[in-house]
Amino acid sequence: MATRKETPSTPTAPMASTSPGATLDSPVKQIQIEGLVVLKMIKHYQEEGQGSEVVQGVLLGLVVEDRLEITNCFPFPQHTEDDADFDEVQYQMEMMRSLRHVNIDHLHVGWYQSTYYGSFVSRALLDSQFSYQHAIEESVVLIYDPIKTAQGSLSLKAYRLTPKLMEICKEKDFSAEGLKKAMIGFEHMFEEVPIVIKNSHLINVLMWELEEKCTVADKHELLNLSSSNHLEKSLQLLMDRVDDMSQDIVKYNTYSRNLSKQQQQKHQYIQRRQQENAQRQTRGETPLPEEDVSKMFKPPQPPPRMDTLLIAGQINNYCQNVKEFTSQNLGKLFMAEALQGHNS
Amino acid sequence: PMQQMSVYGPVVKIHPVVLASIGDSYERRNEGASRVIGTLLGTIDKHSVEVTNCFSVPHNESEDEVAVDMEFAKNMYDLHKRVSPSEVIVGWYATGFEITEHSVLIHEYYSREATNPIHLTMDTALQSGKMNIRAYVSAQMGVPGKTVGVMFTPLSVKYKYYDTERIGVDLLQRTRDAPNTTNGLTSDLCQVGGAAGRVQDMLATVLTYIEDVLSGKQMADNSVGRYLMDLVNKVPKITAEDFETMLNSNINDLLMVTYLSNLTQAQIALNEKIVVL
Repeated sequence: MATRKETPSTPTAPMASTSPGATLDSPVKQIQIEGLVVLKMIKHYQEEGQGSEVVQGVLLGLVVEDRLEITNCFPFPQHTEDDADFDEVQYQMEMMRSLRHVNIDHLHVGWYQSTYYGSFVSRALLDSQFSYQHAIEESVVLIYDPIKTAQGSLSLKAYRLTPKLMEICKEKDFSAEGLKKAMIGFEHMFEEVPIVIKNSHLINVLMWELEEKCTVADKHELLNLSSSNHLEKSLQLLMDRVDDMSQDIVKYNTYSRNLSKQQQQKHQYIQRRQQENAQRQTRGETPLPEEDVSKMFKPPQPPPRMDTLLIAGQINNYCQNVKEFTSQNLGKLFMAEALQGHNS
Repeated sequence: PMQQMSVYGPVVKIHPVVLASIGDSYERRNEGASRVIGTLLGTIDKHSVEVTNCFSVPHNESEDEVAVDMEFAKNMYDLHKRVSPSEVIVGWYATGFEITEHSVLIHEYYSREATNPIHLTMDTALQSGKMNIRAYVSAQMGVPGKTVGVMFTPLSVKYKYYDTERIGVDLLQRTRDAPNTTNGLTSDLCQVGGAAGRVQDMLATVLTYIEDVLSGKQMADNSVGRYLMDLVNKVPKITAEDFETMLNSNINDLLMVTYLSNLTQAQIALNEKIVVL
C-alpha cells in the first residue's frame, strides 16, 4: 500500500468528515473491532440468514488517528416484497437516535455483509460501498463468511475501495478507455485493511467467567478432514464465474472484430469515393459531395468493462479461498498420516 | 380470569452476546448512575427460556423513586422486531448484586409486557470478586387475603452457543492473554497449527492423569477409563495400503484444485494485460 500523507483528525468530538471537498486523505490503516460487534454479527446471520441470503447491517464507531474503531452495530431487516413501504432511512435514523440515548456511538463508520462461499464482489456491493465512502471517508465494509467460520475459525475481512476506483465511480466512466487510463486491474479494486479485535477489561472478566463455566467445545470443526463438499461448491461457483467471463470475452472479441471490419469498410468507401471523384474529374463532371463518413458508419457500442472487472475480481477471490482451504486440508491430511503411522 | 403463571423448568439459556451487550451498556452508563437496566429478548419454549438479545433502556434511579423510559423501551422493541420477528420480550436485566425495591417496581412493569418475566442480574462491580450472573423469576408470597409480597426465586443459568458463536468466543478468549488486549486474526495453516497445539495440550493432560493413576498417585476412575477406551478406539484401524490410497487420492484432489485455481488466476491476469494493450 503506497504511503499517503496523514492529516490529523479533528480533536473535538468525533464528527465524521462529510464535506466531499475535504482533502481528508486519511488512511485507515487498521480496524479495531470490539468483541461485542463480532458476536452480534454472528448471531444475526445465525438467526436470520439461513441459506444463501445475505444479511446486512450498519457499523457504528469512531475514528481515532489512523484506526477505525468499531464499537457497536445493528442489523438491517431483510428486504421482503410485502413490506414495500418500509422506509430504510427512517429505520436507521430511529435506531441511531435511540442508541444515542444510551450513550452508544451513533456515528456511521461502515456496514457489514455476510457472504456465501466468498461471492461478494458484485455491482451492488460496489455501489453501496462507493456511496458510503463518498459520504464518510473512512468507511469500510466488513465481510463475514459464516461457512468458513463454521469450519473452525472466524473469517472476517474489511475492505475499502481504492482511491483509483473511487475516481472512476465518481466519473461514472466505465468504458474501456476510462479503465485503461486509470490502470485498474482486478487486484486494485479493493484494498484489505487488517483487523484487530479488542475487548475492554470488563469484557475480559466476562470471558474468564464464561471459560470457567463451559471450558471445552464439543466439536473441533477445524480439524475436520472432510473437504469434498466445500470444494465442490467452491468449484461450482468458480465455474459459473468463469463461464460468465468467457461470455464477456466473446462479446468483447465480437465487438473488436466488428470495429475493425467497420474501419475497413470505411476505408474502402473513402477510397471508392476518391476513385469515383478522380474519374468524374477526368470526364469533366462535378465531383460528388463529400459525405460525412462517420455518420454513415455508426461505430458499434463498446461493451462495458466494469462487469468484466468485477467478475475477474470475484474469480480471484474464489481462487484465493480455494487455495487457503486446500493448504489447510493438506496440513490436516499429513497430520492424519502421522497419526496412522504410529499405529500401523 | 388471570392466566396461571407457568413456572418454567428451572433453566435459563443465555447467549454470550447478551452478556457482552450488558457489559458494554454498563461501561457506557450515564454519570451518577450506579446501575443500568434493559430488556431481554428471546424465545420461550416448553422447558426453558432462551435469551438471545437485549438492549438497554435509560432510567433514573434515586433513593425514593425510579423512572423508566417506557416509550423508549417500546420503540426499541419495535425496531428489533423488524429484524427478528421471532424474538419476544422475556424479561429484563439489571447490573448490580442485589435486588432492590425498585427492582420490584420495574419487574411489575415488565410483567405487563411478558408473561412471567425473567430478571437477570450481573454484578459488573464485581463485589464478590466474580460476576455472579443470576436469573430470577418472581413468585407471589404471603398470606392470602392480606398484602401480597413478591419473592424472587432463582433459576439455573446455562450458556448456550451456536457453533459459530462458540468459534467467535474462542477467538475472543485469546484477547485475555495479550497484554494490551488486542488480537489479530490468524490465517491459514497457523489456525490448523493452533488447533493441533490445543489437542496436544489436552492429550498431555490426559497422559499425566494416566501416569498418576499407574504410579498410584490417583485413584483410577472407571468412567474416565471408558472415555479413554473410546478415545483410543476412535483412531480407525485401517490397513496401511488402504490408508495410503485414501491419503493419496485426497492429496491429489487438493493439489489438482490448487493447480486449477492458480491456472485461472494466471488466465485472468493475462486477459487483463491483453485488453489493456
